[in-house]
Amino acid sequence: MKYVLSLIVGMLVGVGLVVAAVLANPLAAPGTLSPLEVSSRPQLVLNYSLAPADAIVYTNNGEMRSTPRPDTVQQLHEAGISRTDVTVTTMSGGTGETRAIGVKFASLSQSTRLLRNELMIDSVWHVYVSGGGTFIVGQRENHFGYLRTVVLPAMWSASKQWRGLWRGNVSSGPGLLGTGRFAGGSGEFAGLDADVIESHTVRAYSAESGPVAREGQLLVELPVAGEAGDDLP
Amino acid sequence: MFKTFIAGIMLGVVGAVAALYLFSAVDQHREASIITVEPNGVNTERFHVSLPADRIALGASAAGRSLPPGVDWPANPAFAGLNVELFKLRNAHNTVVGVASRIVATDAAPERVIEWLLHLPARGSVYVTMEPVSVDDDRRRGLLRQGTREFATLSGGMTERWIAAPGSGKGYGRIELKTRFSGASEVL
Repeated sequence: MKYVLSLIVGMLVGVGLVVAAVLANPLAAPGTLSPLEVSSRPQLVLNYSLAPADAIVYTNNGEMRSTPRPDTVQQLHEAGISRTDVTVTTMSGGTGETRAIGVKFASLSQSTRLLRNELMIDSVWHVYVSGGGTFIVGQRENHFGYLRTVVLPAMWSASKQWRGLWRGNVSSGPGLLGTGRFAGGSGEFAGLDADVIESHTVRAYSAESGPVAREGQLLVELPVAGEAGDDLP
Repeated sequence: MFKTFIAGIMLGVVGAVAALYLFSAVDQHREASIITVEPNGVNTERFHVSLPADRIALGASAAGRSLPPGVDWPANPAFAGLNVELFKLRNAHNTVVGVASRIVATDAAPERVIEWLLHLPARGSVYVTMEPVSVDDDRRRGLLRQGTREFATLSGGMTERWIAAPGSGKGYGRIELKTRFSGASEVL
């Protein structure tokens, strides 16, 4: 009996070691420098709040920490969309003026592999910029760094709160540099294809109600006129 | 007993690594795609939105038009010509398979802008820009501008059609979406 017990305890310790190694992996630190920040091309910057309380509309399956807003909005109970969040939010430009309204669909991805420090989300933005036009951003996001640095410490804390400063690029593809894909639909963005990076800054998180102070930024590297084609002579 | 404990640790490590490697932590539900392949190789798929049941939200600048009650749509004049609708999206078997947004803007371009973004969590997303003028009173055509994941390499179009529910009041009915996509030709 004592051998069985020692085997089981050993297995639990082994599992714990793997979990600790995954969570403590120093190579999993999120990138904080966007590959687009060193670009000399013109950029479109849109800032927004990711706290559900600041959204115009936010909904999920109703079983998450963040509660839908307004409380009369439909929840996403159906199996095909139960792991999807929908957010509608205002977005501001670099000088703080409200410039755009964005719709974001974000779904947990089957490509999630915790062993590789990947907590993946497939997301797509549908954005209207006042006087500018419309575009989408399709991308894979990796939220492992956010989970490890913000969510888990909040859950393990006695106060169920996390306060601090976490900033990271969540965009993780499909572009080669980990950039998301921008596709313009109308107005000045019509026909444009570009790279985009989404980064998040978190200052407060509650294990009971989700993000309290969490801002996001879309940074789009716009193509220069006459540079759109890659055709060789 | 110590050797058994060490063997247990090894087993635990190997088992945990194997489980994390082999199994995804996320199992996204996927309905079978109901696709018709036409003789010319084009894949046709139908989706629909039942109204008002499948409307998640409507954001409109006109006072009192936003839905559901409680939506605090910005009164900013910058969004005066904007109308954003969010829907649940159903397949031909009437099963919810995704969500969709439809944006109508009157000030973003010389002509009215009408766009759909269909998001099917298990498959990818489809971004379609619609023609500003409808083909007839209730049907409008559009072009696939960009797809993601399994739609990333496709091209084609989509039509939207409003079908009013017989005998019901205004706003009751369904929006039918018919996609016609084909893949890029392979060079032999």
